[in-house]
Parts: sequence; C-alpha cells; structure tokens
Amino acid sequence: MNTVRFTRDHEWVRLDGDLAVVGITDYAQSQLGDVVYVELPEIGHRVEKGKEAAVVESVKAASEVYAPVSGEVAEINDTLGAEPAQVNADPMGAGWFIKLRLDDARELDDLMDEEGYKRFVEEQH
Amino acid sequence: MNDWSRALSNRAVEDLAIPATTAGGNRGLQIEEKLIFEQDSPGRCGVDLIEAPSFRARLGGLERQGVIGLPGLSEPQVVRHFTRLSQKNYAIDSGLYPLGSCTMKHNPRLNEKLARLPGFADIHPLQPASTVPGALALIDTLAHWLKILTGMPAIALSPGAGAHGELCGIMSIRAALEARGERRSRVLVPESAHGTNPATAAACGYSVDSVAGNRRGRVDVAVLKATLDADVAALMLTNPNTCGLFEDQILEIAAAVHEAGAFFYCDGANFNAIVGRVRPADLGIDCMHLNLHKTFSTPHGGGGPGSGPVALAGNLAAYAPLPWLVHGPDGLELVEHKQNQALRAIGRLKGFHGQMGMFVRALAYMMSHGADGLRQVAEDAVLNANYLRVRLENDLSVSFPGPCMHEALFDDGFLKDTGITTLDFAKALIDEGYHPMTVYFPLVVHGALLIEPTETESKASLDEFADTLKALAAKARSGEAAGFRAAPRWTPRRRLDETAAARKPILRWDPATVDRQAEK
Amino acid sequence: MRYLPLTDRDRRDMLAAIGVDSIDALFADVPDAARLPDLLDLPTAKGELEVERLLSQMAARNIPAGSVPFFVGGGAYRHHIPAAVDHLVQRGEFLTSYTPYQPELAQGTLQYLFEFQTQVALLTGMEVANASLYDGATACAEAVMMANRLTRRGKAVLSGGLHPHYREVCETYARFVGFDLAVQDPLPDGDEDLAGLLGRDISCVVVQSPDFFGEIRDYSGLARTCHDAGALLVVVVTEILSLGAICPPGEMGADIVAAEGQSLGNALNFGGPHLGLFASRNKFVRQMPGRLAGQTVDADGRRGWVLTLSTREQHIRREKATSNICTNSGLCALAFTIHLTLLGETGLTRLARLNHAAAVTLAERLGRIPGIRILNRAFFNEFALRLPRPATAVVDALAEKGVLAGIPVSRLYPERTELANTLLVAVTETVTPDDMDRFEREIGEALS
Repeated sequence: MNTVRFTRDHEWVRLDGDLAVVGITDYAQSQLGDVVYVELPEIGHRVEKGKEAAVVESVKAASEVYAPVSGEVAEINDTLGAEPAQVNADPMGAGWFIKLRLDDARELDDLMDEEGYKRFVEEQH
Repeated sequence: MNDWSRALSNRAVEDLAIPATTAGGNRGLQIEEKLIFEQDSPGRCGVDLIEAPSFRARLGGLERQGVIGLPGLSEPQVVRHFTRLSQKNYAIDSGLYPLGSCTMKHNPRLNEKLARLPGFADIHPLQPASTVPGALALIDTLAHWLKILTGMPAIALSPGAGAHGELCGIMSIRAALEARGERRSRVLVPESAHGTNPATAAACGYSVDSVAGNRRGRVDVAVLKATLDADVAALMLTNPNTCGLFEDQILEIAAAVHEAGAFFYCDGANFNAIVGRVRPADLGIDCMHLNLHKTFSTPHGGGGPGSGPVALAGNLAAYAPLPWLVHGPDGLELVEHKQNQALRAIGRLKGFHGQMGMFVRALAYMMSHGADGLRQVAEDAVLNANYLRVRLENDLSVSFPGPCMHEALFDDGFLKDTGITTLDFAKALIDEGYHPMTVYFPLVVHGALLIEPTETESKASLDEFADTLKALAAKARSGEAAGFRAAPRWTPRRRLDETAAARKPILRWDPATVDRQAEK
Repeated sequence: MRYLPLTDRDRRDMLAAIGVDSIDALFADVPDAARLPDLLDLPTAKGELEVERLLSQMAARNIPAGSVPFFVGGGAYRHHIPAAVDHLVQRGEFLTSYTPYQPELAQGTLQYLFEFQTQVALLTGMEVANASLYDGATACAEAVMMANRLTRRGKAVLSGGLHPHYREVCETYARFVGFDLAVQDPLPDGDEDLAGLLGRDISCVVVQSPDFFGEIRDYSGLARTCHDAGALLVVVVTEILSLGAICPPGEMGADIVAAEGQSLGNALNFGGPHLGLFASRNKFVRQMPGRLAGQTVDADGRRGWVLTLSTREQHIRREKATSNICTNSGLCALAFTIHLTLLGETGLTRLARLNHAAAVTLAERLGRIPGIRILNRAFFNEFALRLPRPATAVVDALAEKGVLAGIPVSRLYPERTELANTLLVAVTETVTPDDMDRFEREIGEALS
C-alpha cells in the first residue's frame, strides 16, 4: 500500500516499508521558487510531529519543513546537497528530504489524503 | 522623412539593437572592466614607498612566507578601474531613487568637506581627551539637536547602524526590566515590520509575536490589546509604518503598552515624515533609533557605513551603552567604564566612541536646515509622496485608502491577468532609467511597490517619474508581457542568475576557477 | 533653502492636485496632543559659509595626529592614504548609491565587493570573506556567535591579549544573546595556557595577533588543540597591515578571522566609521553573518555579480537570521579595496616592512632610556613599555609638550593597578626621525 498523506504546511509523507518518507509538495516548491539549499537533520536525530525537521531555501525565501509524524531520522537525501534542483523537478520522488523510523503509524490518520489536500490547496487561492 | 532619419527611426534602431555587439564588447560609454586580479603585473605598484633600511626584524620568526596573491597595478590603472566600476552604478546623484523607507535624499557635499577637516578626520579616539575638546563638543551638539527633535532626554550615540540601534534599544529595555526584577519573554511586532525588528528581538532572547494590521493598513489595536500581557517586554512599532501611514491610534497604543508594564520601541526609519513637526516623546515612545543615513542625509555609500543613535526616555537612560558623554564639573567628560553614573550601562556595543564621521555630516545637515528647514523637509517629503499617489492612483493599485505620509504603497492588483509580476515591472522601470522602488515589502500586501521620493525631488522630476510609471502600467495592461520579462535590456548586465549564484557560490576570485564568462 | 527644490508655487499646485487646502491636512492623523504649534527650540537655517565657520571652529580645537609627533595605536592606526583613494570614493555613483539589491544597476558596487572579499581572504589566508561588518569589535562578537552556532556549544574562551573593547562588546552580546565567556586576565609579559581551558562546553578560543600589547605568537599548536577538543579558533587582527609581514591566521589553522580594516584606506575618524573584516572556511559559509557578493552570469551569459546567500539575512529569515545586521561598511570597504589595489603585493609588503623597521628603531632607542623596559619579545608596529611611573601622567605631560606618546593601558584597564605603568606605543610609516627624536627627548625628561 503506497498511500501518501499531506499536511497543512505542504509536506507529504509516504510509508516505504517501516520507514516514513517525507518531502514538500509540488505546490510548496512552486511557491518557493528555485531551491538553492536544503538543511537536513542528522541521522539519529529525533523529530516531533509538527516541529521543525529541515529547512529549505530558495533565493528569496527560507522555509521550515515540519515533521508530519514523530520519529527518528533513519536516512537523509544527501543528493540534495549537490542537486537541490531535484526538489523543484521531482518533489514527490527524487526530491525527498528524510526517512523517519515512525513512532506511531496512527499519526498518519489525522493527515489529509490526496483529494483532501487538493481541495485544501484550491481553498488557499 | 529623409533616408538618414529613416535609417535611424525607432524601428530600424530596435532591429539593430537586439542583439547589439561591438568588436570588443563595450557599448559606447558602457565599458567592460575585468577584475583587478586579471590585470596583475608582478612587481608593479601604484604607491611609491622607500625601502626600509636593513635592520634586525623582531617578528618572532613568524615572518609571512610565500606570496599573498595581491595584483600589482599602477595609479592610472587603478583610477580607471574604479572609475569604470562607478559608471555601472545608479545613484541619487544620477536620478530619483524611490526606495521606500530608505529615504534616498540628496547627500550634500558640504558634509563631505567638513567630515574631512583634519580636526575631525585625523584624531584618534584614544588620544588624551584634553586634546580633542572640539570633538566632544561636536558630539554633544549633535546629541542636543537629536534630543530636541525627539523630545527625549538621552541619546545613545555609539550604535553603528539602524539595526545596531535596534539591538541597543531592545538590550536597554531588557536591562531595565531585569533591574525591575522582571523576566518577560515576548516582544510584539506588527506583521508589516521590517525584518530587522524580529531578528533583533529574537537575538536578545525574546519570542516574537506578530500583530495583525487592520483594513486601514494600521496596527489592529483590538488585536494588540488582546495579546498584550505581563509577559510582553516591548512593542516594536515603526511610525509612520512601513505602509507609509501614520499610526493614528498611537496614543492609545502607547497607553495600552505602558499599562501592561511593557516598553514602547519605535523604529525611526521613517522619521523623515515627521521630523520637526512631531516629537516621538509626545507619542508615548520610550526608545527610538534614528538612521543618520536616512533622515539626516549621511551618504548610503553603496551599503554603508551608517549610524544608528538611539533616543531614550528617562526610564531607560541609565542603561545606555558606553561610552557616555556627560556634562561634568570641568566640562564635557567621556565616561568609558561602568563607573559612577554609568554603573548600570549595558556595556559597549562597538569599539571606540561611535560613527564620528557620520556625526559631523549629520550635524552639518541639521545646521544647514535649522528648525524651520527640518520642518519643511517633513512637509515636502509628505507632499511629494502624496502628489505621486494621486498622479498614479488610476494607473497603479493604491493599497490603502486616504492620504499617505512620506511614502506611498501600491500592490500588484493593477497587473492582474497581465502575466507580469511586480518584479518584471520593476525591471522594466530600470530600462526607463530609474532605480526601482522597494518591491515585495511590506509583506502585508501582494507584490508590494513602496515609493518614497523624498523632499529633494523637484516637481518636474516627480512628473517625469509619474509619466513613466503611467506609460509602463499602460504597456503592461496592453499585453506586452514578453518585453517586461526580458527587461532590463539596456543595463551593463541583464537579469542575473541568482539561483546559480546561491547553488554554487563563487565568493572570491581564484586563479584555479574556470571563468564562467560565455563570451569569447 | 538650497536642498529643497520645491517652490511655493509648486507646493500650491501640488496641494491643489491632491485636493487639500494645506499641508496640515496631510498630517491629520497626528494626534492633537502631539502637534507642535511652533518651531522647535533650535537654530534656524544657515548657509554653507556659516555652517562651515561653526564646525571649523570646533575642528580647530582638536589636535590632529598629523600636526604632532604621534604614537597612538590601540586598535586604530594612522597611515598615509594615497590621494586617489579619497577622490574615487567621493564619486557620486559610489557615495550616493544604495545597497546593491538591484544588481543590474549596481555592478560597480558588486564587482568591488567581490574584489574586496578576495583581498580579505588572501590577506588573512582564509577561504572566504564577507562584504564587511561595522568594525573589528562587532566582528569579534559575531565570530563568537557563529562558533556557538557551528559547535552547538555556548561558551567562549577570550584571551587576555584581546583588545578590551572587543572583549567588552563580546560581554554585552553574551549577556543579552545568552552565552558565556571565560575571560582571561591580560598578561603583557607572559604566556597564557589557553589549551588547558578547553572542554566539551567550549565553542571557541579567541586570540588576537598581534595582541593588544603588540605581542606576536604562533597559534598553530593552539589551533590543533582546539580542533581536537571540537572547538574553533577565532583569531582577531586589529592592525590589518601586520598581515603584510607576519604569518596570516589561515596558515595557523584559524577557523574564523575577525579583523579591523581601518588601517587601509580609512582615516582615524575619532573611532568611526571603521571597517569590520570577517573571514572563514567554505564549509562554514552558510553560518556567516553579513552580506556576500557572489559571481554568476546574466541572461546573455556574461559574467556578473549579485548579493547571494541572502536567506541567512534578517530581511528574509527574520527571527531565524544569523544576525540582525543590515548595513555593511560599504564605502569604507571601497576605500580599503582601492588602497590595497594601489599597494599591491609589492607595496603592501614594503609598507609593512617600513612600519616594522620604524617600530624596531624606536623600541631600541626607548629601551635604552633608564627605567624603561620593552615588554615584547616580538612585535609588528606597536609595543608595550613598562615605565617607572604611571603612564597616564607621562602621556599627559608629553601631550603638554606637543607629543602624543601613546596609550596608557590604564585608560582601558582602569581597575588593574598592576598595568598602571604600562604604555602602548605605535609607530607607523608616518613617523619621522624628528618625531622619534622629540619623543625620546621628551620622555627622557619626563622620567628624570
């Protein structure tokens, strides 16, 4: 099962085995503009749902990326160092940020599904 | 039309102009200029110095080994290099510089002459105070003028710039609260505030809460009162605010802030609108930094140096940073340590005594204008901004109804459905020969355009500027998006790739780096 | 009024266009209680002649350094500035331009900042430098805060050889920004054990080279020890010209250099405006405060420059900025760049050598005067003397005789009675043999 969930801060999270993959959405990257730098946490670092997990920078803005779920950082996408543009080109795929070892899969339940997120974005305008 | 004029008609010239190349890459007076490191000739020097006689060095065996890597150029080459660089810059001396909240007024040359008098420029901060009574007198006179203009009893003169002044203010407030035995943890900042305000508060350990504005572009007083509590250390307000509007409920705001036991800090960036007509002390302000490089004409110098003195109310004066200049029994005295009356000073914020070079310039400016002239400055500044507002109100979108103060705020409503952004509009304005207004600030409106002409623009200059903006706005609405996106075309460089600059920063010349210049 | 272009006719026409009767209508939002009915109690407008007369009178009451034998240093140095520098910085396109936020209209500023950043990196032996800060003292505080961020530790060791003003600024920031300092005592004739102070809570050790008393030391060993302990080495340089003669901090293993650039291109100006220099390693660049000029290309593929890595700065990060700094010391940085370009490799090394030679000469002469002891083993262009009597009185006596003899250390350390007899003497290329003769004679007399 490969369901993606979304937060109101435009992060997405997807289960990949027992890890939760986290990134920012296409809407978020289009708002930011060209991504120039991503500041990722260290492996082993603990993040809490709703708290800052990473920072994504474009030329004109810097945005916090909040953890959609709580857990421990198991992997980070270190290709973003050399190629931050992947966040713009493929935000839901190659532009992933971190993989978390989930505390509690039930935390995914109160996040929006794809349809819900689409509606949420439309309401923003 | 004859053959000659036909050949030179606009159409023909445009066809020729894109792309226009010359053999060497220069374009008339626009000269390409390499880096100094690319003009090196080893051993060459632009200064004649005698050789030191032979002597026994006492450098502890730590002589510098190897080459530093500095290029050698002669004086003519150096003069030409920097002259050519200067010719690539826009400046107040060249044209109207409508940057909002920057107050790009004329920089009088008298200021430059007087700042260079040896009696001001060639004195050391640590030579005996008895050898520099005139310097102390100048600082004291400046302080006097600033006290009268602000209505406040004390001025801290050492901060090196506006942001530094903000730091001074918030530190003084925190010191005062600590002296009262209070530990408050919040600072309130309007959502329209300049980024230095929250950065300063956060730097001093405060959490920053944003206060929403109302439909009239001012602080929402009800929201403010609801968020004020005994944990708020200060409200940081700009007045007039960054939307160019006077906070008309300011007395109520001050009362509410004081009732909560908090301090009222004012960012004085926009003092030009009210100087000589309103005293911040009369508005209930406890602490306000001034920008000598804005209101008081000291030159912006391409980014500095500035000077940010801070006016302090009686309940904050004791905490002012060192050094203090006091009227002692034997005349003016420089107090450089936390002793006697300066025991509770927050300490030093900068080396030595403050930006003396800017003090001289600012005082020359103030004396030139006088009380009457300064009042006229504020009036003309406000008049000029309102004149532009009404000339443009049918072409650009005014963000808030009613008169403005010294700057007028517009948003990108007028660009709706044109495919042109505020940024594109600003770049097209560059081709028209103007530095753009402030864009995308304040954040409270979409695609902001903030215009501050200042009082040193003539009516003719304003009319030309307004006519240009009107023409551009019309062009934007007529569907010429591509032209705007390609702008600017007539500057020494066209739009620069800021993404590449941030992704792969090249922050110095390096002999090993491959030059990215695509041109052969 | 010569700076106000609007005529009364203009004002009337403009008010009419706006649709108000008087200018007061545009100030209607000002509360009644705050309206000033009359002019403030200040003098009225004056012409240039009068302003010039008033300020010249004030200036004339001061003794300029160039008019007397002058030996005052202590973090600000009197050097000769070539005439071309001041002419170039006064070009309107430099003097009256703003921060280069619209790079297409500011390639002049951006190019010289790029050159400046390169010069500072070369001089200090570091990989990257910023476009300047307010002065050396604030640069030092910024360096400590950067080290705290990088190491995630909250305590810095400050050498006793650090300029007292720099230490004081660090103390102010420490108190309010929230970090700790382990401040060492000044030891003008001894060596500190800074390595012994390292621990898991120490973010950096801050040393100065040459130090406040003029002493030059090799900090390479300390650098290694710091790194082994997970701390950074911050090196402060208050006399930037010294880097024309001595080993730069980068070659000693410094992680951050915070320096004062006033010596090149900039007059003493009674202490301001001066020029903060800041340099570090590439890997730390995103934690550096201040502006950075970066190279890029334009839409035609031609090389150009922009301000970059701006997301660190206050106007974007707001609460999360690396610093609240907005202004750099632009025009002072330009003066530095021009002066250093005129000097070049040959000129800078020659000028540094001249300074050192002059200082060595005077030190030897003064050291032969009975009662005077030179405290330094090594020095560049400033050294510390131990006099047989309190230095303040000696300096005052010499000032009466028209010689500005240096800085009595007690001016900066009033509470340290053990330093009351210590005098700092600086000697630059502007000191003549006559000046040295007079100094030697007058101080000999004052001490006999």
